[in-house]
Amino acid sequence: MSDNVQVNPAQPVFFDELVQPDGRPRKGMEQLAEWMVQAPRDMLKVRQTEAEALFRRIGITFAVYGEGGDPERLIPFDIVPRILLASEWAFLSKGLEQRVKALNMFLHDVYHDRNIIQAGKIPERLVLQNKAYLPEMRGVDVPGGIYTHIAGIDLVRTGPEEFYVLEDNTRTPSGVSYMLQNREVMMRLFPDLFGRHQVAPVDRYPEELLASLQSVAPRTCDGEPTVVVLSPGLYNSAYYEHTFLADKMGVELVEGQDLFVKDNAVYMRTTGGPKRVDVIYRRIDDDFLDPLAFRADSSLGVPGIMNVYRAGGVTLANAVGGGIADDKAIYMYVPEMIRFYLGEEPLLKNVPTYWCAEDDDYKYVMDHLDELVVKEVAGSGGYGMLVGPKATPDERAAYALRIQANPTEFIAQPTLALSTCPTFVADGYAPRHLDLRPFVLVGADKVRLVPGGLTRVAMQPGSLVVNSSQGGGTKDTWVLENGSSKNGGAHA
Amino acid sequence: MLSRTAASLYWMGRYMERAENLARIIEVGYRMSQMPDLEAGGMRNEWPSSAVTAACEEGLIEKHGVANLDTVISYIGLDDENPSSIHSCLKTARTNARAVRTALTSEMWESLNDTWLEFNGQWLKSLKSDNLLGFLDWVKTRSTMFRGAMLGTMLRDEAFYFINLGAFLERADNTARILDVKFHVLLPSGQDIGGSVDYYQWATVLRSVSALGSYHWIFRDTIHPWKVAELLILRKEMPRSLVYSLSQVNRFLGDIANLHGRRYDCQRLAGRLHAELDYSKVEDIYQNGLHEYLTTFLERNDDLGAEISDNFHFYL
Repeated sequence: MSDNVQVNPAQPVFFDELVQPDGRPRKGMEQLAEWMVQAPRDMLKVRQTEAEALFRRIGITFAVYGEGGDPERLIPFDIVPRILLASEWAFLSKGLEQRVKALNMFLHDVYHDRNIIQAGKIPERLVLQNKAYLPEMRGVDVPGGIYTHIAGIDLVRTGPEEFYVLEDNTRTPSGVSYMLQNREVMMRLFPDLFGRHQVAPVDRYPEELLASLQSVAPRTCDGEPTVVVLSPGLYNSAYYEHTFLADKMGVELVEGQDLFVKDNAVYMRTTGGPKRVDVIYRRIDDDFLDPLAFRADSSLGVPGIMNVYRAGGVTLANAVGGGIADDKAIYMYVPEMIRFYLGEEPLLKNVPTYWCAEDDDYKYVMDHLDELVVKEVAGSGGYGMLVGPKATPDERAAYALRIQANPTEFIAQPTLALSTCPTFVADGYAPRHLDLRPFVLVGADKVRLVPGGLTRVAMQPGSLVVNSSQGGGTKDTWVLENGSSKNGGAHA
Repeated sequence: MLSRTAASLYWMGRYMERAENLARIIEVGYRMSQMPDLEAGGMRNEWPSSAVTAACEEGLIEKHGVANLDTVISYIGLDDENPSSIHSCLKTARTNARAVRTALTSEMWESLNDTWLEFNGQWLKSLKSDNLLGFLDWVKTRSTMFRGAMLGTMLRDEAFYFINLGAFLERADNTARILDVKFHVLLPSGQDIGGSVDYYQWATVLRSVSALGSYHWIFRDTIHPWKVAELLILRKEMPRSLVYSLSQVNRFLGDIANLHGRRYDCQRLAGRLHAELDYSKVEDIYQNGLHEYLTTFLERNDDLGAEISDNFHFYL
């Protein structure tokens, strides 16, 4: 046993995923902790370097253009896995399914009868005057009534049984390729570690995705539906993921220029002539989808595709107009949606949220900027947010002016004591804050979930920002298959 | 298959083949420049003809004024402003591969990607005249590995056909150029074909297409220029000959057409070009003039490339 490697106990205020306050591992994680202590640091450094070489070799890069430097960047990968017990996962997956069902029913409702608004559960202006609400989708019937076929729900944890939903990503959530490749790389680097654990496999995700997409084929489609992945192309930051998913599903990866509309159907240009397309897993935003319907300057989209879509000649996943469920102000009402549509109590908690458009909330936010995280309602990727406790008084003052100018565009939440997990850094193991993005697949037939998700970790000490565009890293996420239900506590 | 995908695969095949052939062309220039020129009483300067063979002469002269070892390394090896440099070929092949990763096996992608990373990370900074041969070997090895990954792991489907179509069309072009320029240099006009030839120089030409051993095996004879021409133009056994390359172009076009259940115009061009090679005799070629023959071939090969692009909608 090497004595220069130590699993640091987490700071007492933060819940650690691996280590209890007394420094002993949590139940179910003893094997990992023992391995971490035994593994020589030199070997781990070599493996960490190997992992980076593997990512670069496979070509899993995150493209950042226009900021100078290498445009093909690696997302930092940490070799210490994040473990979830079977009981914890069972609880989470129930909560996720419940939440995503309600989100889909909400989307169908706001584009049809608007019952939830008429019942007074959600303010009308919040929906109808929202930029993400697309009048083009009113009265359009999408196959199976499914709007968000692929949802990425960002979860954070503050205690053994306290999980909060931070965000619902219902448009084009990315990161699932990292979930799959992180596992691939970990299995190559540490086969012995897998021998000691029963880790639930994640590699069937592409099959589940394909099955979900096929289940929402348009009624006009007879026979096996032709599914394609639509990408903005090589220069998109998630291009690797687009190729990866198309490849694993065994479907074509197309760009806008490869598709055209004719006689109320969408076709792709192939060497053998035009071929009809039934389901498009599109990874481009609504705005760019159809220059005739939305942004006229978009060269990424397919002219006329919205007409075909509205007439039911092709399915788009996720549905157009789904961004309304992704909105940070609408987020506050998701628990209400669950009660309204499902008649159930929400299993997963929402983070208490203040919306600056409400007078009381506005006043509270302005008075407590040093305690709150403030976000733009329509923002994403960790851009344009204020982490109050970490900001300087000047930064807070500048941000307050922005809120004052446009209160409806901002929400605020208390800074949560995000859980940590030991992470391999230059001088050994150190706790770093993390979140979890499981991917929920919704088909016309059922909801599908692969055990795990993408764990994102803030690589800077004390940082709470895990977004890859802000320098966050990732970890492999393990859901243990057995032996843990006995130890798992309340959710068993 | 998407037309855009087919175009990327085809160009990826062409550029990988071109990178390898450029390495071969530079190698032959280097070896020849190491030989004494008895008539001129000094060392040979083979570099201008290397630049011609690589179809880079004009650009090189414009940029550097003179073709020599250093300017050839710089312009044909490393210059990314020259679209026909090894640098540009490896980069373009990889960009095309990246655009169609789903059509490649992971072995193929990793082989191409590794090649680019090694080139960009090491050779681009370190390549000089004293490690030139090591670099050229490396390029040939990487091309061989890529081909091996393709042959060993790829489904025999449309993607495979388009990569090979590009590779063999490019190879026919490159072999014709090597032959044309070397004949021009080694057999200046007016010189009788039975005249004195420098064995080592012809051996170098053969070596540049990895055919020295094959020559001896087929002809069991010392090296004669017209037999070199016969080997590189007409021998079906020779994998870099024009007739072999065109037989493969024909074959892969046929595979694609069968898959689509129709026939294409480019098949007629390819079929005719191949048949003419197949039924030619080296004496006929000699009588009409080798240079004229090869010039015509290169033009027709270009036309074939254009017809292929047109038939499969490569230009969207």
